[in-house]
Amino acid sequence: MTEKKIRVLVAKPGLDGHDRGAKVVARALRDAGMEVIYTGLRQTPEMIAEAALQEDVDVVGLSILSGAHMALTPRVMELLKTNGQEHVKVFIGGIVPDEDVQSLKAMGVAGVFGPGASTEDIIRDVRTAVTG
Amino acid sequence: MTYSQAVLSGDRLALTRLLTQVENNVPEGREALIELFPYTGKAHLIGVTGSPGTGKSSLVNQLALYYRKSHEKRVAIIAVDPSSPFTGGAVLGDRVRMRDLSGDTGVFIRSMATRGSLGGLAQSTANMAQVFDAAGYDVIIIETVGAGQSEVDVARLAHTTLVVEAPGLGDDIQAIKAGILEIADILVINKADRAGVENTERALKSMLDLAHPTEHVFQHHGQSMRTVAPVQDSFSAPMWIPPIQKTVATEGKGIAELAESIGRHVAHLTHSGDWSLREKNRLEVELDALIRETLVNQFMEEVSQQQYDDAVQRIIQRKISPWEAAKSLMNGRLK
Repeated sequence: MTEKKIRVLVAKPGLDGHDRGAKVVARALRDAGMEVIYTGLRQTPEMIAEAALQEDVDVVGLSILSGAHMALTPRVMELLKTNGQEHVKVFIGGIVPDEDVQSLKAMGVAGVFGPGASTEDIIRDVRTAVTG
Repeated sequence: MTYSQAVLSGDRLALTRLLTQVENNVPEGREALIELFPYTGKAHLIGVTGSPGTGKSSLVNQLALYYRKSHEKRVAIIAVDPSSPFTGGAVLGDRVRMRDLSGDTGVFIRSMATRGSLGGLAQSTANMAQVFDAAGYDVIIIETVGAGQSEVDVARLAHTTLVVEAPGLGDDIQAIKAGILEIADILVINKADRAGVENTERALKSMLDLAHPTEHVFQHHGQSMRTVAPVQDSFSAPMWIPPIQKTVATEGKGIAELAESIGRHVAHLTHSGDWSLREKNRLEVELDALIRETLVNQFMEEVSQQQYDDAVQRIIQRKISPWEAAKSLMNGRLK
């Protein structure tokens, strides 16, 4: 029973209501043996950081399809840091232009997955990010 | 400063880290539990159980809101969801119904997965509740997974157990719920704005009458005689008969009445001496589980995987029975 489980928070910040992708990813990570905490739609960065703290997660996955990733992501990362959780790896899923991918990675995002990303890749990258 | 000291001083990061250590049952977690134990025993533990889809999470959300607003109590929630028996993974979705509670630092919600079937749930859920208790949370609400045997465990852990029902779950309600009724301190009919609520209430009432008869009719020399059992006598405290509370959790209806009912149950436990009795039972269960765990761990250390595999092989070949094999392995050798 001492096996360390990877705990992942899957959250949808912002106002778009498309959560199918988030649910598919949550299910895939579950099937890979991880514990996925799903928070539902329309979360503020504050709600996401608070949930990440209470659940002591290793990974936060943000699903953003509204185009607001450059506004929401830095706020979430800043709040994680304020709470003492800078070790938490942040992943983005959604529709993100290439130039934004570079900026997001520069601010410390562990990975960005666009349309067509395979769940195998997501699982592998999440696992590598946590276990090194 | 150790995690346990930081937890006592109200550090939420230390609390969340410690909960993980306790959940993973690592040595640091066990050390902290020992340090924190003297600070436990103050919180009111409320168990919430019932079939999937009856609205347990929504009800917990409303109850926590009520305790925050009307009583300014600090509330911890432990929400348990099942682990996949195949992959060990889990999707923990109870927070979806608890979004009203976010932004309030007086509420701490922790989701946990059942992680296997060897009673690990009861052991680490109880320990996590102890951490919250020591951290000064006044009310700890434990929401179980849906139907199953673990419901009985929550009744042993909690001071007050709510069993949540909803109308329209079908006629088999009586068959299934006969067992669950025994652990209910309060019965909640959630979604009480739906059709069929009268039927659900009637079914529950009639079963309560069977479980807690206050009136008996029996045949004596061909005559029907009626006795009324005293609900209260001068020698003992009144018996607790589980009240039925109707709620509509999504609209917050009936929540104040439910909280009042819970309050009456606490008063009953205190006056009747049942509170200390439940504490004793709970600590006994914990001690038993710890003894069992220690014995199993000792066994694992003393018996090698090779010895174990050999035993399995010999059982398959019918050279030895499982009973004999268990006995020899326990004695540290395989004949």
